[in-house]
Amino acid sequence: MKIRTFFYTLSQGIRNLFKNGWYSLASIATISACLFLFCIFYSVVANLRFVLNNVEQGISVQCFFNEDVTEERILEIRKEVENRVEVSRVIYHTDEEIWASFGPEYAGEDYLDVFPENPLAGEHNLEIFLSDVSMQSTLVTWLSSMSEVRKVNYSEVTASTLSGVNMIIAYISIGIIVILLAVSIFLINNTVRVGIAVRAEEINIMKYVGATDFFARAPFVLEGMIIGALGAAIPLALTYNLYDYVLDYINGRFSVLSSILTFLSLDQVISVLLPVCMIVGVGIGFIGSFVTAHKHLRV
Amino acid sequence: MASKQTKALRRQETIAERGIIALNKVSMSYQGDGAPALDDVTLRIDPGEFVFVVGDSGSGKTTLIKLLLRELVPTSGDVCVMGYNTKKLRHRQIPEFRRNIGVVFQDFRLLKDRNVYENVAFAQRIIEVPTREMKKNVPGILSMVGLAGRYRYNVTDLSGGEQQRVALARALVNKPEILLADEPTGNLDPNNAWEIMDLLEEINEQGTTVIVVTHNPEIVNAMKKRVIAMRKGIIVSDEEEGTYVNED
Repeated sequence: MKIRTFFYTLSQGIRNLFKNGWYSLASIATISACLFLFCIFYSVVANLRFVLNNVEQGISVQCFFNEDVTEERILEIRKEVENRVEVSRVIYHTDEEIWASFGPEYAGEDYLDVFPENPLAGEHNLEIFLSDVSMQSTLVTWLSSMSEVRKVNYSEVTASTLSGVNMIIAYISIGIIVILLAVSIFLINNTVRVGIAVRAEEINIMKYVGATDFFARAPFVLEGMIIGALGAAIPLALTYNLYDYVLDYINGRFSVLSSILTFLSLDQVISVLLPVCMIVGVGIGFIGSFVTAHKHLRV
Repeated sequence: MASKQTKALRRQETIAERGIIALNKVSMSYQGDGAPALDDVTLRIDPGEFVFVVGDSGSGKTTLIKLLLRELVPTSGDVCVMGYNTKKLRHRQIPEFRRNIGVVFQDFRLLKDRNVYENVAFAQRIIEVPTREMKKNVPGILSMVGLAGRYRYNVTDLSGGEQQRVALARALVNKPEILLADEPTGNLDPNNAWEIMDLLEEINEQGTTVIVVTHNPEIVNAMKKRVIAMRKGIIVSDEEEGTYVNED
């Protein structure tokens, strides 16, 4: 294709957009509405999962050791624990550290004078944080089977509840996102198809005059892609401008829960939404117009 | 694999031997339709001829045009146009094939959102004619059809006769070997109809093969050209300087 033909095609695509102004506006509005719904739902679900993940990561298993186990051996066990896939991090609490954090609360600032000997001797432990709470029971079974381990503290109910809720949210959100995307694809595709179908005669004329399929189709495909891109850009811009505003509102309204309610940053949300919306918008614009124009090319 | 030159030479030989248009025992049936639209039609048209194809509605005229444009392929038999056997043309070869056939329809089929110049230039853009040449060719052809002063007009602002002239200019701007006109005067008043026919005759005198499908007996009988009459998918008469009696 010669450069002047490329620019001619480009100009025709843009011209079509303005020529069929109402149709273009309706298409852009349909695409925007579909993708904005998707953006809202994704933002809600992603943040819900982020909050739950944060809560999950605060859940730990405490592993206590027999008195005769040396610190050297405990540190070896720590390394083994750290190497397990379900473990995110491990903290070793010595008897002294535990007493130092607990003593002032229990016996006041002069706790060392009140209790010259550490009353929590033998309570040294490994605090193990999990990357996946659903694996807690596996870890607990493994730890309990070690001869050096005296006791393992954990909360089975919390872990299983969190893991269950997380899984339900994941399934529901995947289901709704798939449905929303399918509806968006269907609506966008239909809008683009209707727009081209009413101009079938134009494609017909081009073909009678000897235009190649590419030449006849290119302006329509380009028009579909531009509509898709604009339709994706509007919900993205809305999300970009409203996201922080909504988070500020929630943080202000539920300030008591601010320690639990930590949200994804705008960049994190947009980094997912930008490619998804653009691919869906431009992709459907391209495929819809390509396929529909193709039907009218058989002249 | 034969080179382009060899193929062109072979086509010239075919044209000399069989005519610029040759139909050999062509039948055409549409799916789900009992009677064939064309039934065992054999026909030869030589380069430079002016031919009327006449007949009532349903006689097979439009099917014939569609076969010549390779919009349809025959159910049986061969359609040979400018040395191309249309059955053997691949889909990607069709655009180039059509660029050598100018076509004019009863309903003009112009791009309604563009002006006169753009409608004619469109045919040149398709074959990627350089802009400088286009700026010479388009006014030249518009002048020939008598629309030189109206190149900026939107086609919807023109009369029927003028719109058909634009369609004619678009069909001719790429200097086709054949001009197919499907009821070119069907939507025009007698004055405009005659002006269009005069133009078609002038184009024919310059060497283009012209095939006019019509059921206007006055024009056919006055012009004294070859007349192929069709009825129910078969050729019932083929006469030099023929006449046409409309049975409608």
